[in-house]
Amino acid sequence: MKKNWWKALTVVLLLYVAVAGLLMPVPRLAILNETIRNLYFHVPMWFGMTFILVASVVYSVRYLRNPSVELDIRSHEAARTGILMGCVGLATGSIWAKYTWGTWWTNDPKLNGAAIAMLIYGAYLVLRSSFTDEQQRARVSAIYNIFAFATAMPLFYILPRLTDSLHPGAGGNPAFARYDLDNDMRLVFYPAVIGWTLLAFWLAQVASRIALLKQKVYEKQLV
Amino acid sequence: MRNSLSKLRPAFLLLLALLLPVVHAAAQSAADTPEMADALRHDGKIYVVVAVITVVLAGLLALLVSLDRKVSRLERELKD
Repeated sequence: MKKNWWKALTVVLLLYVAVAGLLMPVPRLAILNETIRNLYFHVPMWFGMTFILVASVVYSVRYLRNPSVELDIRSHEAARTGILMGCVGLATGSIWAKYTWGTWWTNDPKLNGAAIAMLIYGAYLVLRSSFTDEQQRARVSAIYNIFAFATAMPLFYILPRLTDSLHPGAGGNPAFARYDLDNDMRLVFYPAVIGWTLLAFWLAQVASRIALLKQKVYEKQLV
Repeated sequence: MRNSLSKLRPAFLLLLALLLPVVHAAAQSAADTPEMADALRHDGKIYVVVAVITVVLAGLLALLVSLDRKVSRLERELKD
């Protein structure tokens, strides 16, 4: 139980975010109106995705230095969780865009950058599934994962800032300064980022453990 | 003068007694109704949405916790 305190923290934080995120006061802004509350749900998806993808790359590097089935599985499941969160982030962003910018999608550098980055990670899954040899699959996908991360992060966080963009946090827009000056929102936003990030790690951990068990059962059957 | 006032005292008291509920009613808002548990119906019933989202989230998290426990049990079983 001592090891699982962070899972209890995840439950508490997410339930708090669900209630406080809808009920705490927010700035009254034109166009945004109450959709400003999406900040507690859309943005943490990208935070969670970034952290879990960092974890995935760390596992990949460790795999390449010291190969083991466990590190490969952990890296893969972390990447899968990150891809899921990225897809949820794209979907929620698209809904938010429809009701504030008036369109589901626009050729904005931040949006297209995120979409391309997700495609790069989609290729990771395709690449992984195309190998039959386990060691080859693990090694090549670990290498690809490192390159995917190094390509995706500038697409998410650097390139959109170099041009004009509608999206906050791009085109010289400060990411949070405008909203985050509001201390009421900070009280929910930071717990939301921590809570959703912890949920990503929790999901990845359970998925990895199931994959490891599968591997163990498979090995036992071979003996 | 003193006599007439003392004779009217019961009438004043009665009037006061009759008027008291009116004063009480006037002090309250026009749309006053019996007190009900209205909290969930305030603010465009947003609290109902909050309750629904909380239940959904709690359900999903409970599923994740139970999955986590099942995996732990399997891990223990496979260790032997």
